[in-house]
Amino acid sequence: MNNSSTIVSVQNISKSYWREKLEIPVLSNISFDIPDGEFLSLMGPSGSGKTTLLNLIAGIDRPTSGTITVSGNNITSLNETSLAKWRSNNVGFVFQFYNLLPVLTAYENVELPLLLTKLSKKEKKEHVQFALETVGLADRMDHSPKQLSGGQQQRVAIARAIVTDPTLLVADEPTGDLDKHSAEEIMILLERLNSELKKTIIMVTHDPRAAEKAHTTKHLDKGELS
Amino acid sequence: MKIPLSYTFRSLWTRKLTTLMTVTGVALVVFVFAAVLMLAYGLEKTLVDTGYDDNVICTRKASQGELSSQIDRDAINQIKTYPEIKLSKEGKPLASAEMYTVINLHKIGSGDMSNVVVRGVAPEAFELRPNITMKEGRMFALGTNQIIVGTNINQRFDGTQIGESIEFAGDHWQIVGVMDAAGTGFDSEIWGDAERILSAFNRSNAYSSMTFRLNNKEDFEKLRDRVAKEPRYNYVELKRERVFYREQSEAMSMFITILGTVITVIFSIGAMIGAMITMYSSVANRTIEVGTLRALGFKRRNILSAFLIEAMMITFIGAGVGLALASTLQFFAISTMNFTSFSELSFGFALSPSIILNCIIFAIVMGLFGGFLPSIRAARMNIVNALRAS
Ligand SMILES: Nc1ncnc2c1ncn2[C@@H]1O[C@H](COP(=O)(O)OP(=O)(O)OP(=O)(O)O)[C@@H](O)[C@H]1O
Ligand SMILES: [Mg+2]
Repeated sequence: MNNSSTIVSVQNISKSYWREKLEIPVLSNISFDIPDGEFLSLMGPSGSGKTTLLNLIAGIDRPTSGTITVSGNNITSLNETSLAKWRSNNVGFVFQFYNLLPVLTAYENVELPLLLTKLSKKEKKEHVQFALETVGLADRMDHSPKQLSGGQQQRVAIARAIVTDPTLLVADEPTGDLDKHSAEEIMILLERLNSELKKTIIMVTHDPRAAEKAHTTKHLDKGELS
Repeated sequence: MKIPLSYTFRSLWTRKLTTLMTVTGVALVVFVFAAVLMLAYGLEKTLVDTGYDDNVICTRKASQGELSSQIDRDAINQIKTYPEIKLSKEGKPLASAEMYTVINLHKIGSGDMSNVVVRGVAPEAFELRPNITMKEGRMFALGTNQIIVGTNINQRFDGTQIGESIEFAGDHWQIVGVMDAAGTGFDSEIWGDAERILSAFNRSNAYSSMTFRLNNKEDFEKLRDRVAKEPRYNYVELKRERVFYREQSEAMSMFITILGTVITVIFSIGAMIGAMITMYSSVANRTIEVGTLRALGFKRRNILSAFLIEAMMITFIGAGVGLALASTLQFFAISTMNFTSFSELSFGFALSPSIILNCIIFAIVMGLFGGFLPSIRAARMNIVNALRAS
């Protein structure tokens, strides 16, 4: 696996959940590589394990077996604390329902991941401002999520995802809760982050129009990738 | 503490109603707790302030207080000659041999009978207790049936206005003045001439106590030991006045403190359960927020401390409200039985920095206990499950 252009390497990943003593296999023996700078869309029927696979790559869930290597780090071997630190430095999360903290302003939401860094107050401010400018919401930084439209909230969430300058962005149905127009805007934004800021993006989506914007599309069905 | 306080504070603010109810519960408990401590402290202060450091009080050994104490005139006269006793402005020993008894008077309003202390004093009594001043009227004249009453007596009992008279020991006693004893126990007493009162009660040779002033407070132990070695009057026990009054207040203030603590502990369990329920619902409502924070890289202990701080913030605010309410109690006077003389004693709630500190610590401990289990639940959440919650 010395291919320098590979950023994510998934090897023989299986994942099962247990309900009581019943094993529910979700992913079985999946392997694939994602090259650096890729914009990948994951598609597949509901319940096929797309979110599960994304969570494993993002380091918020652990596989039953197999290894995942990101930028040369075997994240499946990290303990919980190291994994949390790894996530804060390397992964930006975009959720279907934005998951902004409702009591914080747009600015404070974007600043949140920076509270785990040692940046100075001034540096934090610069980072937050840059992120909000990138998503075109610098003028809304004092608004609370409730005062923003769905599309705007998702842009704030994207600003939060890029504020620590991670290499990897994971997005689980980022347009799933948006109207056609807002969805279009979010896809254009993600495309720009991929082409201009060189972010590797892994996006789960049901929306073929969203998937069109990605470079590559993989299909997951019955625990298998194609 | 990685998760900002503003997040915690605003989360409380968005749940104004539940927060308010929990704060109220905690405030009530803190109020009761503070009131009890203030009452015990107020009592102690009233009685301890009654005494002076360089004043010494002589009573009969093993007597529980002045009421059951008797000292013969002989012993009084002997002790008065000790050179360690300071001289008054007139050049006589600064000592007051006193007669202490209780009589019944009717309370204003209810008309209920209550015990009141009558103290026969020597003219030196006022020089011995310089915080006593005449508020109205004038001093009683020696050898007469004139008396003066303390401020609390004047305000609470029938027939105690200047010009009126009361009856006791088969005689009429005319009120000529009201004394202000600066909130000490003397405010709840009636004073007259010791010799006149002794003879009215047919006790011409038996004083209750004697109080005198030392030239030098370090002489106390020496003097006490000398009296103890004197066979004719070694039944007399000397105590520093402050110690004497503190001992008088101990039983009562202990009673208040124990009873109050028991009540407070029971109440506080209720308040802690309230805080716990509030925090459980707060955690449940923010499952996705917790999952998001964890995904962003916040650790379990960051989550734990954020929720613990939230619980402690609730109880801390409750402490503030409870203390603010309790501090208004300082304007109320309480009257109760003085256990050792069975007479009425007026005292107030008194606040001290240590009471404030105790209440704040108590509230924070309630927050810690009430918030502990909910915070643990929040910290133990699995990220994926938390994010899947809806
Ligand atoms: N924490 C869990 N515990 C038990 N079962 C789970 C858990 N997470 C997922 N599953 C199960 O695993 C399967 C795959 O779930 P997953 O969320 O990955 O699907 P998905 O492809 O993202 O579906 P959708 O398109 O509806 O979001 C489902 O059958 C789901 O019920
Ligand atoms: Mg999904």
